[in-house]
Amino acid sequence: MSDPYRTSLRTSADWGLVTLALLAVAALTQPVGARDGAALAWTGDIMAPMFLMGTALAVVAGRTAPSKVKGAWVELGGAALAWLLPFYLLGEGVDLSRGWGLWLYLTAATLMLWRVLGILSAVPGLSRRVVVPGLFGLGLLLGWEVLVRGFAIPSILLPAPGAIVASLAANAPVLWDDFRQTVLTSVLRGYLLGCGAGFAVAILADRVPFLARGLLPLGNLASAVPVIGIAPIMVMWFGFDWQSKAAVVVVMTFFPMLVNTLAGLHTAERIQLDLMRSYAAGYWTTLWKLRLPNALPFLFNGLKINSTLALIGAIVAEFFGTPIVGMGFRISTEVARMNLDIVWATIVVAAVTGSVFYGGLALLERATTAWHPSMRRR
Amino acid sequence: MRIEAALKERILPVAAVALFVLAAWYAGALWLNAPQAQEALARTGKAWGTADLIAQAFAMKRPVLPTPDQVVADLWASLTGYTPTSPRNLLFHAGVTAQAALAGLAMGVVLGVALAAGIVYVRTLEYSLLPWIIASQTIPILAIAPMIVVILGNAGLTGLLPKAVICMYLCFFPITVGMVKGLRAADPLWLDLMRTYSAGGLATFLKLRIPASLPFLFASLKVSVAISVVGAIVGELPAGAQAGLGARLLSGSYYGQTVQIWSALVMASLLSVALIAVVRLAEVAVLRHGGAR
Repeated sequence: MSDPYRTSLRTSADWGLVTLALLAVAALTQPVGARDGAALAWTGDIMAPMFLMGTALAVVAGRTAPSKVKGAWVELGGAALAWLLPFYLLGEGVDLSRGWGLWLYLTAATLMLWRVLGILSAVPGLSRRVVVPGLFGLGLLLGWEVLVRGFAIPSILLPAPGAIVASLAANAPVLWDDFRQTVLTSVLRGYLLGCGAGFAVAILADRVPFLARGLLPLGNLASAVPVIGIAPIMVMWFGFDWQSKAAVVVVMTFFPMLVNTLAGLHTAERIQLDLMRSYAAGYWTTLWKLRLPNALPFLFNGLKINSTLALIGAIVAEFFGTPIVGMGFRISTEVARMNLDIVWATIVVAAVTGSVFYGGLALLERATTAWHPSMRRR
Repeated sequence: MRIEAALKERILPVAAVALFVLAAWYAGALWLNAPQAQEALARTGKAWGTADLIAQAFAMKRPVLPTPDQVVADLWASLTGYTPTSPRNLLFHAGVTAQAALAGLAMGVVLGVALAAGIVYVRTLEYSLLPWIIASQTIPILAIAPMIVVILGNAGLTGLLPKAVICMYLCFFPITVGMVKGLRAADPLWLDLMRTYSAGGLATFLKLRIPASLPFLFASLKVSVAISVVGAIVGELPAGAQAGLGARLLSGSYYGQTVQIWSALVMASLLSVALIAVVRLAEVAVLRHGGAR
């Protein structure tokens, strides 16, 4: 919110930096942690002051850098160095839970990261679109790891990201079996069937407007209704194996696809349809060459919505009964046995699967609809 | 003329599709229940005909697929046969679920609006946080809802709150996305007008940006309230939940009480539709008061 009417002298006082310096000074007066029950001061350890000096040097160097952005990168190095200190101290066996000096120092480092992000997000381009969210995410992960390990939070409440990755590696074969059962078998088949059926019925309803007028309110109703509730019924009908999960996915994905396809088929403009008529193009030619390409953004919208719905449907359906494999089964049984690190590993698998599924569709959309007006100005 | 057109354009097709669904439902019930019905009839030892088979298939105690009239009868018996505070009345369970859903929705609205305001006013947040908010929705969070209930239970939080947290996580996203658009929807001319009034940032936010964003907020609310109900139901699935529509679904599935599952499902749909209708009414009332179209 810059103010074009206000003119003021830019002074060189950088209040953010002053705050940082004050925080750092306050941090110096407090211990960095406790070793063998006794408080450990900054001077009590050889390496700790080095981190502090490194950060200070980075700040000074950042101020003298030729441009603001280059300075930001140098400051980023300082912040990263600051965040390495707790890992070093943890490695030395220091108890961080009472090290208020350390936490103040880390607060200052976080503020520094925030300043860096602020400078970087003022620059349009790749750094703003990729580096800023990347750094933000990395910062969150680091903060999570340090807080969990520093305050020794029991893993039943929240395991550290490092512990989750370790469990991911240790349980890879089990997780792969679950992935194959849930995603490659249930979700994929159900998704293809459900989206295919939705698409086919939409084409049919497009030919028979009476059907479309009857189905659309039903489709809107389905979007308001907790469709996931049919999961126990499907498990009862189709048994414990993948068929019941695929059935839930089919029911969940059918209506979004139907509604989106129908909406997309109506986007072709009168003038375009008239042109097709003047070419003596029949219904199917018009559909294939004009209306379906025009509907692609809507089709992809439906496909993307369904990618998340399909995963949810299959996993929730597995809560109601499965063979002894599958991501939903893993989550529900391991939660009961309090093996939360496997549960978190499963969640990571589910999250990555969901993101890759969605991202893949988004890439495919970009590849196939690059010409569409909705893709301009990106 | 208009009534006739409406009849032809809307009511007739919907009625036809509804009739088709009903017919298919009865046919499906007959087809799915026939083997069980045959067994039951054979056990009586008497001779039976097709009419007996149909009657039996439509009146099973634990049918594979209950008929619509069985579901409606069960729903009616539950709604009228007991006081609304009795656990045998579905209104009681719907109330438990609605409480969690509405509490979660309220939390989601607060979080969503706060995030949207932050994103609109702070550029760093827009570029660092917004991508993650969008990415967070590709995670099948609903699937880990039971775990959230258990984890919050370990932390000493039980009852309404864990379910509300799940609903909040599901709700905040449509609201954030809608409100980011809504808070930016104020006409530049109006913003200039506020400048001529020498209005500060807070006054502009409260008196111009918030009212201008209301149509977007209500559009998001309608989406959010529906997914909030889903979140509350899934949050009730972990074993141990005694009340709520999700608990009814689960206990029905354990004991093979298909009619119970179906009536809980119908009740959940009614609840969801009713809540959306309330939001729509509020929208009409608020927007008319604000003079918007």
